[in-house]
Amino acid sequence: MAEIIKHGAIHADDWEVLRLAEDDEAGKVEVAHGRWIVPLAVWQAQRDKLAARAEAGVLGVWLAGGDDPAQLADDLVRLQLIAVDFPKFADGRGYSIATLLRARLGYGGELRAIGNVLRDQFFFYIRCGFDVIQPQPGKYSAEQLQSALASLKDFSEPYQGAVDRAEPLFRRVSREVRA
Amino acid sequence: MYQYDEYDQRLVDERVAQFRDQTRRYLAGELGEDEFRPLRLQNGVYIQRHAPMLRIAIPYGNLRAAQLRKLAHIARTYDRGYAHFTTRQNVQFNWPALEDVPEILAELATVQMHAIQTSGNCIRNVTSDPFAGVAGDEHTDPRPWAELVRQWSTFHPEFAFLPRKFKIAVNGATEDRAVIQVHDIGLDLKRDEAGNIGFRVLVGGGLGRTPIIGDEIAAFVPWQHVLSYCEAILRVYNLHGRRDNLYKARIKILVKALGIEEFRRQVDAEFAHLKDGPATLTEAEVARVAQHFVDPEYAALPATDAGYEAKKAENKPFAAWAKRNVRAHKRPGYASVVLSLKPTGVAPGDITAEQLDRVAELSERYSFGEVRVTHEQNLVLADVRQSELFELWQQVRDARLSTPNIGLLTDIIACPGGDFCNLANAKSIPIANAIQARFDNLDYLHDIGEIELNISGCMNACGHHHVGHIGVLGVDKNGEEWYQVTIGGDQGNHTALGKVIGPSFAAHEMPDVVESLIGVYLELRHADERFIDTVRRVGAEPFKTRVYADRAARLEDERKVVNG
Ligand code: HEM
Ligand code: SF4
Repeated sequence: MAEIIKHGAIHADDWEVLRLAEDDEAGKVEVAHGRWIVPLAVWQAQRDKLAARAEAGVLGVWLAGGDDPAQLADDLVRLQLIAVDFPKFADGRGYSIATLLRARLGYGGELRAIGNVLRDQFFFYIRCGFDVIQPQPGKYSAEQLQSALASLKDFSEPYQGAVDRAEPLFRRVSREVRA
Repeated sequence: MYQYDEYDQRLVDERVAQFRDQTRRYLAGELGEDEFRPLRLQNGVYIQRHAPMLRIAIPYGNLRAAQLRKLAHIARTYDRGYAHFTTRQNVQFNWPALEDVPEILAELATVQMHAIQTSGNCIRNVTSDPFAGVAGDEHTDPRPWAELVRQWSTFHPEFAFLPRKFKIAVNGATEDRAVIQVHDIGLDLKRDEAGNIGFRVLVGGGLGRTPIIGDEIAAFVPWQHVLSYCEAILRVYNLHGRRDNLYKARIKILVKALGIEEFRRQVDAEFAHLKDGPATLTEAEVARVAQHFVDPEYAALPATDAGYEAKKAENKPFAAWAKRNVRAHKRPGYASVVLSLKPTGVAPGDITAEQLDRVAELSERYSFGEVRVTHEQNLVLADVRQSELFELWQQVRDARLSTPNIGLLTDIIACPGGDFCNLANAKSIPIANAIQARFDNLDYLHDIGEIELNISGCMNACGHHHVGHIGVLGVDKNGEEWYQVTIGGDQGNHTALGKVIGPSFAAHEMPDVVESLIGVYLELRHADERFIDTVRRVGAEPFKTRVYADRAARLEDERKVVNG
């Protein structure tokens, strides 16, 4: 069972991420029983079939870096879990996608960072509105994951607004100039 | 100058702790090479030819005496006794050990310095006019705006892993001294008819492999919205910039691919959602930041100092220095002094620990304890009384910082090139030094007048060769170092990219090539015409023709010598 970080603590987790193989067709792959996070293409192709599972909270959708989150605009009420994939940890499109889902589209369900996620980026994920972080299985030992929790709090008072704290520092606190 | 408050300080301290732990995990093997790379880059640590290179941020080139002393201390303790100022107004150390970097950062934090976002694919340290606040042609002080951009961009969570690096420059004077046309975003302060401050915004400029002059994306963005507008640009870029090809990942490629109209449409669509949101600047915040940049306590002085004028009349070397290295100041009786880091034989931009200490001391004695860094890799004491210039000159002469060559042929911009940089195709520093040595005669140098010669060791263009009146680019030909020459480049209001004059040259030819170019210029120039203006008037042809004719003659001579 995978370990995830949710709301600042480590939890065991039984969601599985469905990744299409090269010759898989989005409309044809069978989404097995259990909790699955499926690619946007699968969701779009099989929405009628999968909607009930999404509403029951046992099916989520993941977006790739090139996906436009607005494509989920009509589904946001139905979806309780959306994940954003980081194909490489240095591919930062997911940060903007998460920001758009939360701040623009008003998505309020679980938002999960999946793929190649590093503890050194935890702080940024949280700031952009992810509430769950799922490192690659085997990426961190239990002990390492425990100590990685510290990275969630790398900076206490960032300057600019983001999803977690929309107000920039200058609106949050009074910053006097001392002579 | 901007002084940290508790919030600024805490962020920098927290960064030190974060990087200390990252370095520890890397050295312990917990963090892989590939994983550590972007993390260390965002903290200015390159792995270079000799050792890691550490690039330290000097936001918009502003420094205080205590900071200079700290740099001197770091140079002595952790490096080989010198530091290197760069074309992005930053400073680099070439020889620190990676193990020491956390400690160096901790030391820097004690004087309100850091290495945040000096490299990597994030919003880089913001640059501006080194004469901000003192230039006569300034209509709006760019420093508060540069500082606001600095704060907004520091650890911006959405833009820490962009397709590629991202550089923002701010200008507030009639003459652009921040080279905003070759930045990813150029912010040009403007006032509308009612006198309200705003920004003309340029986007998609840059040098490097594909040099491009930025396009205007907005004629006037009111100041309240400048950060949200930048956010809109960055978001479009982050989502749509190319990530498949390193060489096509800069925003300039996206802007060109979409066309500026389509790019503007996308940015405007994004901005429509952000406008008037929380990132909107408030008058109180702008005023708070601006308070850090109020004028120092200037004395009321006569417009010109009689003693200074007299000294210039009687002392020729002083007059030469005053002519080249002293700039007019907006305040009567004051002047700005440029300290040349370009004496012959020194790598352009290099400074020793002793010199750093001396500059700190001189800044305290003569210029309110502040120093600026120029993108031409020199230092500036911005607020010196004319009456003290002679005394100051004697001191800087002792410190070997008085070479009277600012804006002249030997005031060369050069990247570290093959002597230090892994990416180099060729050396830069020895070429700069050889040209300096050839033009060592001061009278001749002054007669040639204003000219900018820029050298890069590879097409990354760290030495800004594209915008040099004469540009020199190191190229690799079958494993040998060759140099391609461009002319007609320019920075500032008339920013232009130079054109290649023809086949490249061997290193030892470079002083001759420059001499040929200068020879043509001296023959063709009109009175008071600068090299670049002559090139513009007559075109490149006479220059090309002469350079290659002279070269053929030289080869012929060499052959005769060999055969004779
Ligand atoms: C010593 C190690 C250095 C490395 C590895 C390095 C690396 C690079 C690279 C890869 C680029 C190309 C980016 C692009 O695609 O446009 C670049 C550009 C640049 N670098 Fe460096 N650089 C180094 C040193 C410096 C120094 C010493 C300076 C200043 C003196 C500098 C300032 C710049 C500037 C101004 C550009 C221009 C790019 C633009 O405006 O588009 N770099 N550097
Ligand atoms: S221009 Fe090339 S050689 Fe020079 S510092 Fe930049 S990357 Fe290195």
